[in-house]
Order: sequence, then C-alpha cells, then structure tokens
Amino acid sequence: MSGIAAAAPAVHAHHDDRSFIRKYIFSTDHKIIGIQFLFVSLFFLFLGGLLAMQIRWQLGYPGRPMPGGGILPETMAPGGVILPEYYIQLVTMHGTFMVFFAIMPLLVGVFANYLIPLKIGAHDMAFPRINMWSFWSAFTGGLVMFASLFVPEGAARAGWTMYAPLSARHDLSGAGLGQELWSISIVLLGLSSILGSLNYITTIINNRTPGMTWFRLPLSVWALFITAILGLLALPVLSGAAIMLLFEQILGTHFFDPAAGGQVLLWQHLFWFFGHPEVYILILPAMGMVSDIVANGSRKPIFGYHSMVFALVGIGFLGWVVWGHHMFMSGMNPTLGSTFMVTTMIISVPSAIKVFNWMGTMWRGNLRFHVPMLNAIGFVAMFVIGGLSGVFMAATPVDMPIHDTYFIVAHIHYVLFGGSLFALFGAITFWYPNMFGKMMNERWGKIHFWLTMLFFNLTFFPMHILGMGGHMRRIYDPTQYNFLKPYQPMNTFITIAAFALFASQLIFALNFILSLRWGKKAPLNPWEDNGLEWTLPTPPPHGNWDRPPTVYRGPYEYSAPQVAEDYLPQAKKLPTDREPAAAPVAGH
Amino acid sequence: MAHATATVDVMRPPAPAERGVDVYNLKLGMWVFLASEVMFFTALIGSYIVLRFGASPNPWAQPGKVLSIQITAFNTFLLICSSVSMVKAYASIADGNVKLMKVWLLVTILCGATFVGIQVYEYTHLIHHGFQPSGYREGSELAELAAANPVPYGAATAGLYGSTFFTMTGFHGFHVTCGVISMTYVFIRALRGKYSQQDHRGIEVIGLYWHFVDLVWIILFTIVYLI
Amino acid sequence: MSWWLPLQGSTFAPQIDGLFIAILIITGLAFVIVEAGLIWFVIKYRGRPGRKGHYTHGSAKAEVIWTAIPAVTVVALGLVSNHYWKEIKGRDSIPADAYPIGIHAKQFEWQVTYPGPDGQLGTADDFTVRNQLHVPVGRNIVVVLTSEDVVHSFWVPVLRVKQDAVPGMTIRAWFQATVPGEYELGCAELCGMGHYRMRARVFIHTPAEFTAWMQQQIQGGATS
Repeated sequence: MSGIAAAAPAVHAHHDDRSFIRKYIFSTDHKIIGIQFLFVSLFFLFLGGLLAMQIRWQLGYPGRPMPGGGILPETMAPGGVILPEYYIQLVTMHGTFMVFFAIMPLLVGVFANYLIPLKIGAHDMAFPRINMWSFWSAFTGGLVMFASLFVPEGAARAGWTMYAPLSARHDLSGAGLGQELWSISIVLLGLSSILGSLNYITTIINNRTPGMTWFRLPLSVWALFITAILGLLALPVLSGAAIMLLFEQILGTHFFDPAAGGQVLLWQHLFWFFGHPEVYILILPAMGMVSDIVANGSRKPIFGYHSMVFALVGIGFLGWVVWGHHMFMSGMNPTLGSTFMVTTMIISVPSAIKVFNWMGTMWRGNLRFHVPMLNAIGFVAMFVIGGLSGVFMAATPVDMPIHDTYFIVAHIHYVLFGGSLFALFGAITFWYPNMFGKMMNERWGKIHFWLTMLFFNLTFFPMHILGMGGHMRRIYDPTQYNFLKPYQPMNTFITIAAFALFASQLIFALNFILSLRWGKKAPLNPWEDNGLEWTLPTPPPHGNWDRPPTVYRGPYEYSAPQVAEDYLPQAKKLPTDREPAAAPVAGH
Repeated sequence: MAHATATVDVMRPPAPAERGVDVYNLKLGMWVFLASEVMFFTALIGSYIVLRFGASPNPWAQPGKVLSIQITAFNTFLLICSSVSMVKAYASIADGNVKLMKVWLLVTILCGATFVGIQVYEYTHLIHHGFQPSGYREGSELAELAAANPVPYGAATAGLYGSTFFTMTGFHGFHVTCGVISMTYVFIRALRGKYSQQDHRGIEVIGLYWHFVDLVWIILFTIVYLI
Repeated sequence: MSWWLPLQGSTFAPQIDGLFIAILIITGLAFVIVEAGLIWFVIKYRGRPGRKGHYTHGSAKAEVIWTAIPAVTVVALGLVSNHYWKEIKGRDSIPADAYPIGIHAKQFEWQVTYPGPDGQLGTADDFTVRNQLHVPVGRNIVVVLTSEDVVHSFWVPVLRVKQDAVPGMTIRAWFQATVPGEYELGCAELCGMGHYRMRARVFIHTPAEFTAWMQQQIQGGATS
C-alpha cells in the first residue's frame, strides 16, 4: 500500500471547532448528511418490514389473532385480529414507507450524498446548506408520514399509488387526516429530492477534481447523475399531483371528480409520469454501485464501460415514455397502450446490456467473495428474475390476466428487494469502513446474505404462481374466493418464509449496530479499491481533501499490467502519467 | 490520525476551484432548479389543458366574465416592467454602478410586491363575489349569474375553473412572493456592499429566477385570462 | 392446488396463455443462460492467490451481439403482442353482433344489467341483478363498464378478462366464453375497505340454459 500513501494528499487538521449541533445535527458536511439519511431510512426500512409482517400474518392466517397484535388499538386490530380498514392502511403505508422513505433515501439520500464528492474528488457538495435542508425536509416528511399512523382514523388508505377518487374523498375511503398528511409528507419529500438533485447535478458537472473527466467517473457516480436528473424532473410532477390531491380534500377542488367534469385518469397519468422514472430512481443507483463492487470483487476492469454509461443514459431517456404501461387496463386508449408496450419492450434492452456486462466483468476474473461481492452477485441474479418477469407485463395481452395480481407484487419485490436491497446490503457493507472506520463482521455478513437469499426466494417466488392463478393484490382475505381457497396453503407458506426473511434481517441490523462499537478497525483501503474515497483516512475528515487529488485514469484499472498489485487507484501517479490540464475535459 | 501538521482551516468554504462548464455553481444550480420548476408548472398547466379540453362540449367560462382582464393586464404590465428593471439592475452592477443597481433592484421589489398585493385584492374580490376553488359558491352573485346565463359563465365547468384557476395562479403568486423575499435578502446584502462589478452572482441568479417567474405569468395570463 | 394458469374459459384464453408460454420459454432461456453463467463464473473464476484477472475493457463485438439479440427479441414480442392486443382490446375490435351486458360497479358490489328480450341496453325491458353475471357460451358478449364511485376492476380469471371500471367513463370489453360452469368475478383494483369482498358469481350457460334463465327472470320480474 506504499503507493497509495504517496498518492494521498495531506489531510485537514482534525481540530474541528464546530459545535456538536453544527457537526452532527444541522451539519452541512455531505458525509454526515449521508449518514443521517442512513440511520433515518434504515429505521423506515425496519418499520416498512414490520408493516409487511402484519400483512403477511393476515394473508397466511386470515382472521386469526396476530401474536402481539393485542397492543394495537381497537380501531386497527381488536383482540389482535386485523380489520379490513387497518389492512388497507398496512398495504398503503408499507408501499409508501418502502418506496419513499426507505429505498429512495437509502440509495439517493445516503449514497449520492456520501459518495459523489468523495468519488469525484470534491470538498463537499456545491451547495452544502441546501443539502442540509434537503435532509431536514425529507426528515420532516418522514415524521409527518410516521405521525399519520397515529391520527384517529389512521393512515392513508388508497394504496401507495393513491388512485383518485378513492384517495380524494374521505366518504369513500373512510380515511381522515391521515390522507392529508400523506400528501403533505410527499410534497416535503419531493422538495427534499429536488434540492438534493440540483446539488448532485451541479456538483458532478462543476466540482470534479483535475483529471476526473466524464468518462473516468465511476459508474456509481454516472448512475447517481442520471438518477438525479430523473428525480429533478419527476418529483415536481408528483408534488404537483399531491398538491392537487391535497386541495381536493381541503379546498374542495374537482380535479379528479367526474361529477364536476374532472378526470379520474388524470391522477393516474400524473402519478405514473412520475412513477416510472421513480422506478429507475430506485434501481439505477443500485446498478451503479453494483458495477463498482462487481469490478472490485472480480479484480477486473468493468466490461464495456462505455456501453454501461450509454445504457444508463438510455434508461434515463426511455424512462419518460413508458409510464402508460401501468395503465394498460385503466381504460386508456388501446392504441396508446400499443405505443407504451413498444417503448417498454425497448427499455428492457439497456437493462439486458447491463446484466451481460456484469457477467462479462466476472468472466476470467479472479473473484473475491467478500460480503459486498456476494450481495452484488445476488443483485445480478435476482434483478434478472425481476427484469424478465417484467417482459410478461409489458406484453399487453399477457398483462390482462396478471395485472394487479400477485405476479406484479412478485415482480416489484424481485426488483426492489432482490435488486435494490441486495445492492444496498452490498453497498452499506462496502462503504461502512469509510463511513465509520470499522469493518462489519464478515462471517455474519455471509450468514445474512445466504439466509436472505434463501428466504427471499421462498417468499417471493411463489407469488408468481399466485399471480398466474389470478390472486388479486391488496385483498384482505383471499379465502373469500373459492378459486383462491386452494392457494391458501401457499399463502401460509409464504407467510412463514416472510417471517424467516424478516428475522434474517435482524442479523444485518445487529451486525450494523454492533460493528459501530465492536467492529474491527478498518485498514486504509480494506477492499483494495481504486476509488478516490479510499485515499482518505477512514472516516474522512470534514472537507475531505486539503488539496484536491489528481486523477490519472479510469476507475476500474484492476489487474492492470503496469503494476504488480491487482489494482491501480485513480489517484496513483505512475512515472508514465502526465499531469492533467487544470480543468478536466468536460465531455466536449 | 497522524496528520496534525496540516493547518488548513476546516471551516473554509468548500470547492474553491469550480470547473467543468464555464458557469459558476450558483448559476448552474439555478438553471437546474428552474428545470425542475418547469416540470412543476407543466404538471399544473398540463392538467389544466387536459381538464379544459376534456370538459367539452361543456363550455368554459368566457374570458372577462368572471375574471377581470383589465386589472390583471395591469398586473402583467407591472411584472414585465419588473423584468426590465431587473435587467437594468444587472446591467448597472455589470457596469460597476452599485448605486443604480440598488435603485433598480428596489424598483423590481416594489413591482413584485405590488403584483402580489393586487393578486391578493383580486382573490378577495373573486371570493367575495362567489368564485372559489370549488366553483361558484351557492347563493352568491356569480352563482345566480351563472344560473341565468349558463354558457358565458361556464356553469357546468365552474368546479374545474375554480380548481385550476386558484391552483395555478396561487402557486405562481407563491413563487412571486418567494422571489420578492429573496430579492429583499439580496437587496439587504447589496446595502451591505456585498456586490461589486467583479462579483455580482447573487444579482444574476435571482434575476434568472425572476425572469422565469415572469415568463410563467405571461403563459398563465394568456391561457387563463385571455383564452 | 393448481400451480399453473386457471381453466381456459374464453376464446382469448388460449391466445393469451400461448403468448404467456412463449414469453416463459424465451425468458426462461435467458434466465437459465444468465444464472448458469453466473454460477459457472463463480466456480471457475473464484479467486486464487497470486493470480490476476484478465485485463480487458470489453469487446465491441460482444456488446453488439448482446444488444441486438434482446432488441430483436423484444421488438418481435411486441409485434406479436400488439396483434393480439388489437384483437382483444382495440376500440374497433368489438364485434357488431356482441350481446351487451351493463356492469355498474360500486362499493362493494357489481350491478349487472341485462338487455332483456330486445337485446338492447337502455330500454324499458332491461333488468338488473346484483353480483351475478350470466352469459351464454359461444356468443360474443360486450360488457359496458361504469362505476358509481371509485376505480374498480372487472376481473374474471377463467375468461382472462380484466378491465378497470372508471367513474365518469363508459368502457367496453368483449369476450366469448367457451366452457359452461360457475366461476367467480373479483375486483382487481383497490376500491376501499370492502375491496376483498367485492365478489360476484359468474354463470356460463349453454345457450338453452341461458334462454331458460332469461325467461325465468323476465317472468319472475326484475329482481335486484
């Protein structure tokens, strides 16, 4: 590691005279903000999981008192038996928390904030104070959403997609204040995402260190850049829609009220115009970080770096013209359906390119199965299933029987749990030493990975079969239907697997928490990675670099022939390297 | 940590070296933010267009029946003037005339504030006559007029009219208010001598925002009041 | 417990299931290639000390191949799907002779209106039955879907027919049932706390049975 020590520039003094509050609460340091997002969104991830367990209990054992459910009030689960009105709150809030307050902030809030400046060699974000507001806006939104669970009529009840007019009218849904709080919370979250995105975009465009050209950016940064563009342009649409929904409730407007000439499908178009870019917001950062981890674990340059970038950009463009595939059965003009089917089919191509390139990266590598690599391989293996099951729903005629059934539930969980969450387990383990200066436990990490892989598939794979059988989503009691009665043993099986899956996550939680205190002290570059972030001490000081580092090469120079080691950091100057021009060639 | 020898102040502003495109961070950030704002107003205006066209054959209220065109035309003129004065403020500081910049900035702030004031007056007036987000208030003057003349007053689409009118102009008014507050902040900084011929980024960036807000208003005025 | 698709009860079912199986084979192949490849690479290229990875940045040829093959496949799938889609849901695909049945969805029931002897909806001899859909086999049926309150979704698994019922819109969906029997109709779009019990029985009759049922309804007076 002598080479790295030479490349590492001198670092700031550790005399940091900021007060505790400025340093850890109202911090403007991108790393602290990332870590704040990490703790908050892990809490919401846990909460979303708890809600999922209640959903599974009701589906596995309909009408039976839930163990420990006695603590819930009479309006939710008298005697521990979940009520239908509580059940639809559960499905609504599980989706809402997981999408908006767990996966999205984990991928973007945590890793965009933490990684972008470190990986491009910047001191901080372009606008550190706006960055702080971004966190506090999301935090307030999360708090409002959390509070909505405890208002008298309970939380919102119209599903996380909030289809109007069910979401717009309390007399039809039975909801109360919780519904308004949902809208307010989403507007706050949207504000947070917009503020965050404009920061990420500006920082990546303007604050790259000398030598860090566009095509030397790690794929994680590329992915976060495209994600930021999607977030910047999609979230205001959701905010606008959520505001209309809110006005529907508090001002008596008629946007979605057909009796006054309003249009019900308007909500769906607005929501999914946001919603499909959102799907890519939830997966692109995962793809980017997996690319970094797979190259590291394979000890090989990423296969087809440029086509990986173009695939990301392609998804970024195509993501805007596929939203109608959520509405094939909505009564939208069928000719539009054909158009959206074609665009949807085409958007699967960039995803396929990425999968093949990850495999190409592993091909003839020298694979190291550290915990991040295991999770990254798990990501590829599971994302493939999620991607392929999407083809079924893209084909409009096949969508007809499987739309709004457990097939789509299986699909989204293969993408968001099998995809995004596996990537997150990998990414958190990978950058944990950089964040906290400690290593997470390797053995427990592996146990967690294998148990999760097993129970994840036992939980979600059978849902494809339920969906093929016609099992509708969001139904409180499937045994109401004769044709679903034979599937009840499968529902019970899924429930047991889901409990085991949840229990397996406690291993990760404990590993995460206990390693903060008792973890092995992290060496300087524990994964022998090429990224700039590892030229700093762990954890990096406020302001990161004293002098910005200089970048001499792309991010994936593993097993390069010029050096004896099998990695060649971006900032390591070889005798043959020339100093870059003062400003990087910014892609033009 | 073994680098106690470094003496750099950790609190110094980050990223002094700005490179990439030839636009400084604040300006680039404002452009990026405005892209987001475009999407926000597109959502609102797009919904308005969809609802208005979707409502046919039920007619929309004719221009000038419910909303006063004269007063809003004056307001539009005021806002356009404020854009001009903003340009003047920027040109003055670019020429190094700080004093003139402050004058023009103050003119801009006053125009903006008057715009908001007139809009508040318009809203109270409309609500008094029975126009509100849910449509024409029952028993109000407007409701009676609409009952007597359903076509010119767009009686069947009154609910949509109220919903879209108040949402669009309300959010625009909110943006103007934010602009006035931000410009006041910039003005206070100008009084403290923070801007010079060499560095007047704050003026330029708030100007960008202000022109955007004006532009949105011209679109809104056209499609909401005139058509 | 069936681990496969439900009974094929309409003319659409064989088409849709056929397409489903075609996609299953294609994606199944892709699935096997990727997963087997991953497992093979994991075993074959597992790290060994003193070894370095193969230093390559990729291959343009490989990129072209694995861009082109999925692209051609999905576009072909899209074209085939579109053919069936137009036949099933296209606005002009509904046969002119289709027998109309009005279905009005409301929280949480299906109000099914039959045209009576004249075969026309919206006439005096219409009658409405709650939560029972009776259709004859071998005849084109068009359901005219409306909704009272929120978005519901008409979903009969054996027919493979799903269509949202949207307040403020009148949506037509057609099918031809092929297998007589009693089945179920469910709501596939979350429509409130009673969503799970918004169920109706579906009776697919032989033509003779259907005529008899119709006679009985008309004589017994409209029931609801």
